[in-house]
Amino acid sequence: MPPVIEQPGTEEVHPDVALVDAARHGDTAAFEKLVRQYDRQIFRVAQHITQNREDAEDITQDVFMKAYGKLNQFQGNSKFSTWLTRIAVNESLMRLRKRKTSRTVSMDQDVQTEEGSIPRDFADWTPDPEQQYGSAELGEILKRTIAGLSPGFRTVFTLRDIENLSTEETAEALGLSVPAVKSRLLRARLQLRERLSRYLKRKDGSIKP
Amino acid sequence: MTCTDFLSKMTDYFDGEVEPELLTEIQSHLAECDHCEILVDTTRQTIRVYRDHQVFELPNEVRERTVARIMAACVKH
Repeated sequence: MPPVIEQPGTEEVHPDVALVDAARHGDTAAFEKLVRQYDRQIFRVAQHITQNREDAEDITQDVFMKAYGKLNQFQGNSKFSTWLTRIAVNESLMRLRKRKTSRTVSMDQDVQTEEGSIPRDFADWTPDPEQQYGSAELGEILKRTIAGLSPGFRTVFTLRDIENLSTEETAEALGLSVPAVKSRLLRARLQLRERLSRYLKRKDGSIKP
Repeated sequence: MTCTDFLSKMTDYFDGEVEPELLTEIQSHLAECDHCEILVDTTRQTIRVYRDHQVFELPNEVRERTVARIMAACVKH
């Protein structure tokens, strides 16, 4: 992608900036708009990282309460949603540490693994997994498969591929460099693909229709 | 281009961030390598299937309760 060259004074101001500014001055309705805009996303991110519904509900609540208390610290250099996501990732990892039921609890542990980094399964997939499995069954398969990834990998996949943050926004939300995000994303995608292949490959083993 | 070379460029290729010359090399590799072609196809499907099926949704009832608690705390703040 070619670099975007911005002329001074022509940068687009994100609509959230005005809402944040109003909320800072005590306009709680403006803050509620922000909450309703991002609560679902924050909940999904928290549940993907913690793999626990109650934790995700608590975290969603905590993230917005913390954000409200820290509104003056929001500089506006990043998107408000990225800033919130960063708080959500930190809260979720902290929650995992407290629960200690997870093998790994930081963004850095377990990312050296080579598991799934070298593709092994080259079977073609069924063109329409929604038809092969019912929606509920496919949902269970997807949950189970992503839960098998270490927190570092499932977090990067969730932000970049499920929530559609850019690579730069993902890096910012995770406190990682862009090359580190790209490298983890590649491995996360390959691991997920390899694991999903067990369910979604063509049963007759054929390569192409 | 080898399969390993392609793998190292796959993220940039997915993001449309490869120079035209490299893109041509990648396209010719994919045209002749069934394994890498399947790898691209199934990795794209992996991303698509997760995007299409949001597996964790916040139910409306929980959502309203959560928003109410957040706003009550903000008013007290």
